[in-house]
Amino acid sequence: MTTLLEVVQLRKHFPIKGGLLNRQTATVRAVDGVSFTVEQGETLGVVGESGCGKSTTARLTMHLLTPDEGTIVFDGKTVGSSQMPLRTLRRQMQMVFQDSFASLNPRLTIEESIAFGPRVHGVPGKEARERARDLLAKVGLNPAQFIRRYPHELSGGQRQRVNIARALALQPRLLILDESVSALDKSVQAQVLNLLSDLKAEFGLTYLFISHDLHVVKYMSDRVMVMYLGKVAEVGPVQAIYNKPLHPYTSGLLSAMPSLDPDQRTAAPPLVGDPPNPINPPSGCRFRTRCPYAEGVCAEVEPKLSAIGADRLAACHMVNPDSGHTKAGMALDVPVLPSLMKKTEATA
Amino acid sequence: MSAIPANLAVEVAPIAVSRGYWATVFRRTLRDKVTVVCALILLALVVIAIFAPWIAPADPLATSMLKRLAKVGSEGHLLGTDELGRDLLSRLIYGGRLSLFIGILPVVNAFIIGTALGVTAGFAGGPVNTAIMRTMDVFFAFPSVLLAIAISGVLGAGLFNSIVSLTIVFIPPITRVAESVTTQVRNLDYVDAARASGANALTIVRVHVLGNVLGPVFIYATSLMSVCMILASGLSFLGLGTKPPAAEWGLMLNTLRTAIYTNPLVAALPGVMIFVTSICFNLMSDGLRQAMDIKQ
Amino acid sequence: MLLYLLRRIFYVIPIALAVSAVCFSLVFLAPGDPLSAVLPPDATTELINKLKADYGFDQPLPVQFGRWVTRALHGDLGTSIATGRPVNSEIGRAIVNTFMLAMCACGIGFFFGLLFGIVAGYFQGRWLDKLMTSIAVTGVSMPHYWLGMVLVIIFSVLLDWLPAMGAGASGSDDWMWDWEHMKYLVLPAVTLSFIPMGIVTRTVRAIVAEILNQEFVQALYAKGMSAFGVFRHVVKNAAPTALAVMGIQLGYLLGGSILVETVFAWPGTGFLLNTAIFQRDLPLLQGTILFLALFFVLLNLIVDVAQGLFDPRIKR
Repeated sequence: MTTLLEVVQLRKHFPIKGGLLNRQTATVRAVDGVSFTVEQGETLGVVGESGCGKSTTARLTMHLLTPDEGTIVFDGKTVGSSQMPLRTLRRQMQMVFQDSFASLNPRLTIEESIAFGPRVHGVPGKEARERARDLLAKVGLNPAQFIRRYPHELSGGQRQRVNIARALALQPRLLILDESVSALDKSVQAQVLNLLSDLKAEFGLTYLFISHDLHVVKYMSDRVMVMYLGKVAEVGPVQAIYNKPLHPYTSGLLSAMPSLDPDQRTAAPPLVGDPPNPINPPSGCRFRTRCPYAEGVCAEVEPKLSAIGADRLAACHMVNPDSGHTKAGMALDVPVLPSLMKKTEATA
Repeated sequence: MSAIPANLAVEVAPIAVSRGYWATVFRRTLRDKVTVVCALILLALVVIAIFAPWIAPADPLATSMLKRLAKVGSEGHLLGTDELGRDLLSRLIYGGRLSLFIGILPVVNAFIIGTALGVTAGFAGGPVNTAIMRTMDVFFAFPSVLLAIAISGVLGAGLFNSIVSLTIVFIPPITRVAESVTTQVRNLDYVDAARASGANALTIVRVHVLGNVLGPVFIYATSLMSVCMILASGLSFLGLGTKPPAAEWGLMLNTLRTAIYTNPLVAALPGVMIFVTSICFNLMSDGLRQAMDIKQ
Repeated sequence: MLLYLLRRIFYVIPIALAVSAVCFSLVFLAPGDPLSAVLPPDATTELINKLKADYGFDQPLPVQFGRWVTRALHGDLGTSIATGRPVNSEIGRAIVNTFMLAMCACGIGFFFGLLFGIVAGYFQGRWLDKLMTSIAVTGVSMPHYWLGMVLVIIFSVLLDWLPAMGAGASGSDDWMWDWEHMKYLVLPAVTLSFIPMGIVTRTVRAIVAEILNQEFVQALYAKGMSAFGVFRHVVKNAAPTALAVMGIQLGYLLGGSILVETVFAWPGTGFLLNTAIFQRDLPLLQGTILFLALFFVLLNLIVDVAQGLFDPRIKR
């Protein structure tokens, strides 16, 4: 599989101004050294709590925000260079936002909204409108009924379909879906997710799927990346991560997933407390304040993303055999968190 | 069992073209009787002002010391004469030309300039925004009356100077509203989506921002028209606006002041015109605001 | 919080300086020789030059500005060309008069504004509301100088109950709170009160209507609270905005309403400004404009700081 997108050490800090002369007093370290790859044709899911930097990463990848540091390489070409100027990138990579209503200009008809992108890139009006109509049909909306409507006349699910059509209008290869189904009712979510899967197959797309909903991510993704407080905690194939998480944060997240099975009751929340402030993250490993396995080395040294096996990465001292942690190199042997124990006991 | 014929099932009639935003606003405005009445009155005043030479019974500048300060209903002068014997009705009709002109034009100018400045400040952000808005803040500190008088006092009386002075007075508030709306719009996702499509700043402003900004700014500007009318006439009243012997409602109030002891009704008439015009602008602006407040 | 205050005050200094520079240079932009009002048309060149030197007009502009600012900081704003009295005392007397007028006008305006606004808010949509709102719109749309004229016509000319102009025979030097003096105050104050009345009515009506429409009011009634109890709640919630609006209106009126004062020849700061403009009395004009400008800069500062203090949402 070829790598379509490679993101290297992305960093974005937001200054906080204050004081007498509006000087910068602190920084929000929203994204602090994030690297990942997306292979052609796959869906990479990105999960994490609010404030972990998922959306900022998405916007940085889309170049809607300018990164402070880091490079983005698309299809082997560095973004921003002469081989891949920004305008060319825009045709390769598109994004579907969370708020379906705020994503559409209330003064433009659906057709005009979808046709805007192609027209910016020089597609003649008539052809752009035809493309809009075709795409509307592809996303399951009858063009005759919808082209002249306005966003406020559509339901949330319909608007999100329009947003998908709009993103596809430029015929991109990679689609970033930033919490695109989070605001929809569950039944509508299912429809839109299935639509996304069909479109991916039909157009040969690659997805970067961001969500806080673990069930949805599991359903859609081939690989999953877990983020915590601006850094990558773990990356791996979806089955492996959900069955046997390596990073303590991942296992905490997974055990917090509510289940419909009455035999699997979670007694106590595995993760306590709120995530610390991205303004003053803890030294060393950022998760150490909530981690049951934290030790001295965790406060001193920041764990790097280390490989374990062929296709998994985790940033935890328990993964790396040389880290100095008492359980170094034994990540795969670490017992899962207590509440998960209850589950496995019940089903045993 | 009736089976729906195959072709009928597929060909559902498309929904009729849904009305655009401005069409909906227009429809709602028409239903508001007060606004319609005010709009008609204003239209009538404008028409009368334009066709003044054909409507006015007498020459507004023709003086006659014999006939000065004739009462309302005197022969040949339906509304009496002023302190120099000029027919009041004619002067009121001709006065509409200047008064409406000074009342509306500065707001129009300020709308154009203020929107341009505000959208630039709102969209560009950063130092450009700070520079423009802090400059506006300096002007904003003063009540419009004081500012208008100060500028007019410096520039001197005259039609052109008053228009300049009033335009300057109204630019800061309009800029402020335009900047505020633009900043809100700029942070919305559809502007990000437009940027993600690769459009450049000018295209984004033209297609996405302006359409959503002009509405609120326009409403605000119409509410300023009544203030401008009063202010413009006020300037003339103080002798800082139009110069005699021009017919203008505010100026007429000034020159007729001494006549209140002998012919109070005539002395008060020009003010009635200002009042009526101003109230119509206000009510129309309120009505427009309600019509544009479509809950979505 | 203290930082916010300091920062705001800090910003006032460059603004004040800019404003003074503008005030100072304003009058030089004006057409006409500043001394033309005082000099006879056939004055000799020596006389002209001497007067220029006396007033310092022969110095380069920046020097003049510097001297003016230094003197102003010491409280000396020069001498009025027309009356020969120091500008300070002219302004001083005018302030007192304007203050009286503004307070009375605001008193009347706020009282009726609150009354009408609350009534309109409680009776939303009904005829009482429409009546109150109409009065408010009238107040805001009316050219107040015309209203002044009309009131003068009715009460002075036709009924001869009240005097038409001035502040009384002896001005404000020995003001006493008796009818002889107060009768001069009535018409100007009533005329001026229409503006704050209109604005306060509209604002209060909007807030009261919004509060009454909120669900917590229904909850209060359901709890069995009396109408008066609910009223106290409404007042508590409406107070901040209402007070803010009233404060701003008071501020504006304290600056002097030039139009109303002109109509009634009330010797306040507005009237003073008018006189200064028409007599091209340079020192008086500069001094008055400077005083008024700085007053409004200060007023804005107070309003900003007060908003910051009372509204917890504004970041400290």
